[in-house]
Amino acid sequence: MNFFPKWCNGLRTLAGAGAAAAGLYVVALVAYGASPKTLNVGFAPEQPVPFSHAMHAGELGLDCRYCHTTVEHGARAAIPPTETCMNCHTRIRPQSELLAPVFASWSDGASVRWKRVHDLPDYVYFDHSAHVTRGVACISCHGRVDTMERVRQEQPLSMGWCLDCHRNPTPNLRPPEFVTAMEWTPDRPAAEIGAEIAQAKNIQPSTDCSTCHR
Amino acid sequence: MTANPTSALHLDEPYARPILIDGDRDLASVTRRVCGVVEAPKPPRAWYIAITITSAMTVMLFAMVAYLIVTGVGVWGNNSPAFWGWDIVNFVFWVGIAHAGTLISAILFLLRQKWRTSINRAAEAMTLFAVCCAGLYPSIHVGRVWLAYWLFPVPNQMQMWPNFRSPLLWDVFAVSTYAIVSLLFWYMGLVPDLATLRDRATTKLRKGLYGFFALGWCGSARHWQRYERAYLILAALATPLVLSVHSVVSFDFAVSQVPGWHTTIFPPYFVAGAIFSGFGMVVTTMVPARELFGLKELVTLKHLENMNKVILATGSMVGLAYATEFFIAWYGGNPYERFVFLNRALGPYWWAYWLMVFCNVVAPQFLWFKKIRTSLWTMFVISIFVNIGMWLERFVIVVTSLTRDYLPTSWGYFKPTAVDVCTFAGTFGLFLTLFLLFCRFLPMVAIAEVKTVLPAAHPHGGHGSKEGAHHG
Repeated sequence: MNFFPKWCNGLRTLAGAGAAAAGLYVVALVAYGASPKTLNVGFAPEQPVPFSHAMHAGELGLDCRYCHTTVEHGARAAIPPTETCMNCHTRIRPQSELLAPVFASWSDGASVRWKRVHDLPDYVYFDHSAHVTRGVACISCHGRVDTMERVRQEQPLSMGWCLDCHRNPTPNLRPPEFVTAMEWTPDRPAAEIGAEIAQAKNIQPSTDCSTCHR
Repeated sequence: MTANPTSALHLDEPYARPILIDGDRDLASVTRRVCGVVEAPKPPRAWYIAITITSAMTVMLFAMVAYLIVTGVGVWGNNSPAFWGWDIVNFVFWVGIAHAGTLISAILFLLRQKWRTSINRAAEAMTLFAVCCAGLYPSIHVGRVWLAYWLFPVPNQMQMWPNFRSPLLWDVFAVSTYAIVSLLFWYMGLVPDLATLRDRATTKLRKGLYGFFALGWCGSARHWQRYERAYLILAALATPLVLSVHSVVSFDFAVSQVPGWHTTIFPPYFVAGAIFSGFGMVVTTMVPARELFGLKELVTLKHLENMNKVILATGSMVGLAYATEFFIAWYGGNPYERFVFLNRALGPYWWAYWLMVFCNVVAPQFLWFKKIRTSLWTMFVISIFVNIGMWLERFVIVVTSLTRDYLPTSWGYFKPTAVDVCTFAGTFGLFLTLFLLFCRFLPMVAIAEVKTVLPAAHPHGGHGSKEGAHHG
């Protein structure tokens, strides 16, 4: 008795093609499916307060550093405390219901529970000051925050993406006085300006494992 | 054992084909005997006792691996300066054992050594099971098991790519290629025998399962013609692998600059040792298995004696390699190299070194005596010595070199933990459990191949037939 009926012969080519396709599928799954480019870009969680960067940074033209005060000196670009909000909001819209969590925080001292958008893995050491003081602009990693109603992750923040810039930083370097400028456009080729800055500041980003994984 | 028909091998008559099978030598009886093991309603009581013990050991292995994954590699004894410990020792030990099967099935096939037909199936199965045990170690010793796919060149978001200049990566490819080719070779050889089991099956379940894995084999001339050709191609593919896999494993050591490892003798020395240990394990398992399943007439004393001869030859090669290492250490004049070898023999691990020399070099020399190499008890004891000795060899190589290298300030003494010991014992459980299941559910002897060495297959003077002896 034969387990396989005769029409099984027709499946042989299909089986070969299937096996090859399965191999390709696994590779594609790892390369694209499991990449932060697919999984994380576009992440824009709803925040407890519908804070609009488009209004504050765009329309009103607040500098990034008005709120994110530590960005030039520390590893983290600090999330502003409620006090920073209250600098203005004691006078501006003090009754707004949308601002209720801010006022609650103001009265009881507990922080507003903002949701983190750009979250690197814990085994990655990243220092904002090291990048900002050398002329890597905010928009290089965070995109045009001044047009975002709700902040969204614009770049993959994957290891490969970090390495792309560490291997060739010049296109992303600008004079440090313009790092927070959203609409700055280079008057010459960006790489040319970047090369000069890299030369002047001796910028040689390392790609050793221990640069980021300490 | 005195009236053994193997004595019919007339060495003075070069045209005689040796008798390779004892007892009834007609075609049907071979099928009956081999299939009888699988079709018996119940396996022997000893099988139940054995598998109870070995499966308990396998469960212990899984528990140890789970503990390691949850806790970290720190549960093992590996620590500075011995960053490689029992994990690598056991990996090399099991990969070595995996070498007998393919040597028997591929190289002896190409060399037309017909006596291989009775033992190749079981030896190839042992190869696969040993590769399973070996492959376990590198994949768990990376620590983060879920990232073990980093070993393979798959494009990923980290832009991380394996280092093709590292022998550790060559190892990944060598061992996985070996596992795949061995599996294909073994399975392809099984197909005609699975079809035999399918055709003899009496229950629906057996018919279905054996039928599925027999892949629709119907024994037509075209099937056989293609089968023979494919078998030859696979044998030719597997033959270089027998030599390359353990050569690449030896590169893990030889390509580094650690004294005692950085020597050009390593590849041939490792290959000889691998074949030595592999045959040792085949004898260790086949001696009880042929008793237990009544296959004494198919796996004869002649087969065991031939394997003992291979053990004797490769054991002597290993002994020569040990001597050469010492000679070169002295003759080469490198003080670090000299120190390492003196340290091996006289340092804190002297006991392991001399036990290894006894097991690997002295013990096999007894096989020069025909009485000893044809007695089941003595060959079993010697094969156990070979197993122990070859494990110690890897232990000596890995541990003595790492614990005392260039800097005396960072010398140390390696001690295994209980987890190390239980994991290693567990791999024996896994190996033996798989082997016992194989004995019970698959044909232990290649039925179709054994038939080719029976007189009926050679009507004009076959193996051991009277006419053949005078015919030519």
